Amino acid sequence: MSPDRMHNEGTLDRRAVVAALMRDPGDLLVVSGLGSATYDVGAAGDRPLNFYLWGAMGGAALIGLGLALAQKQRHVLVITGDGEMLMGLGGLATIAAARVPNLSVAVLDNARFGETGAQRSHTGHATDLVAVAAACGWGATATARDMDEVAALRPRLRSEPLFAVLKIAPAEVPRHLPPRDGAHLADRFRRALGVAED
Amino acid sequence: MDRTTWQPAVYAALKAARITQIGYVPDAGHAHLIEAAHADPEMAAIVLTTEEEGIALAAGAWLGGQRAALLMQSSGVGNCINMLSLPINCRLPFLTLVTMRGEWGEFNPWQVPMGSATPGVLAAAGVHARRADRPDEAAETVAAAASLAFDSAVPVAVLFSQRLIGSKVFVK
Repeated sequence: MSPDRMHNEGTLDRRAVVAALMRDPGDLLVVSGLGSATYDVGAAGDRPLNFYLWGAMGGAALIGLGLALAQKQRHVLVITGDGEMLMGLGGLATIAAARVPNLSVAVLDNARFGETGAQRSHTGHATDLVAVAAACGWGATATARDMDEVAALRPRLRSEPLFAVLKIAPAEVPRHLPPRDGAHLADRFRRALGVAED
Repeated sequence: MDRTTWQPAVYAALKAARITQIGYVPDAGHAHLIEAAHADPEMAAIVLTTEEEGIALAAGAWLGGQRAALLMQSSGVGNCINMLSLPINCRLPFLTLVTMRGEWGEFNPWQVPMGSATPGVLAAAGVHARRADRPDEAAETVAAAASLAFDSAVPVAVLFSQRLIGSKVFVK
């Protein structure tokens, strides 16, 4: 499928984008939205401080908020897709109102619902997620359309409350399936943070 | 114990349960808790656009080592159903305090369907519901619900009956 500028499609390779964002993650706390974003984050290297969602559509950014409030000394990065972000659009207002300094959201935007047959999403029809976030009160927003812009966003997504849209190609990539037992994922995350109770 | 004392007692029960994040969609019946949360420097009080955000917020809080609670009215319970798969699947605690509408002297017919369905919806979704009908049982019900939620890692809802919170007066 060739990129379709008429429908706001990007050209970036989603796996390359996420691999670049996740390089040398340190103690970055990562929440991934269901579907391809979870596969991409897992493919970049499984680690206990990745919390993969396989459901709870629309909840990724708010999980990031609760986590950021609880772990103020660390930075939280939510990596999700345009469809997942659209389902939880109100969360952009909630996060802006909460004014947390240590939460970033990166949306992998292919203007498609990739899991369900690549139906065009709202970002491919009419909606500009960066403008939505800015209007909700996010002070810092950005769009990346090439890998130089992705590289420039990597440190910002670990250090400031930034909402970024990464314009990826709609092409399908091979499935990479990280662990999907939610209790296991939550338990190992808490143990890695040292907050698991006896 | 009347309304001026049971609501502070409920806030004290949340503090005793080590809750440090409160997400809410406002309801008049929760007004004291919301004000107390915003006035408390040790409490993050997070206004939500829709109730299911509070379930995700609470999951994130627990992942990070904190405890959260969600305040909502019964009309919001229906918004939460799919997001409840998050605490259930991940075996996370979840505590919500629900003010009931549509059950006692309700003026607004639009509140009746979801109010009537709330206990059944919660049960079907796998949430343990506990009900408080009298002022003197409100705080102890919250304390017991918090123990159940956080010690047994299950989702728990406390339903504050409309008789307890008082019917909303539309024409004063």
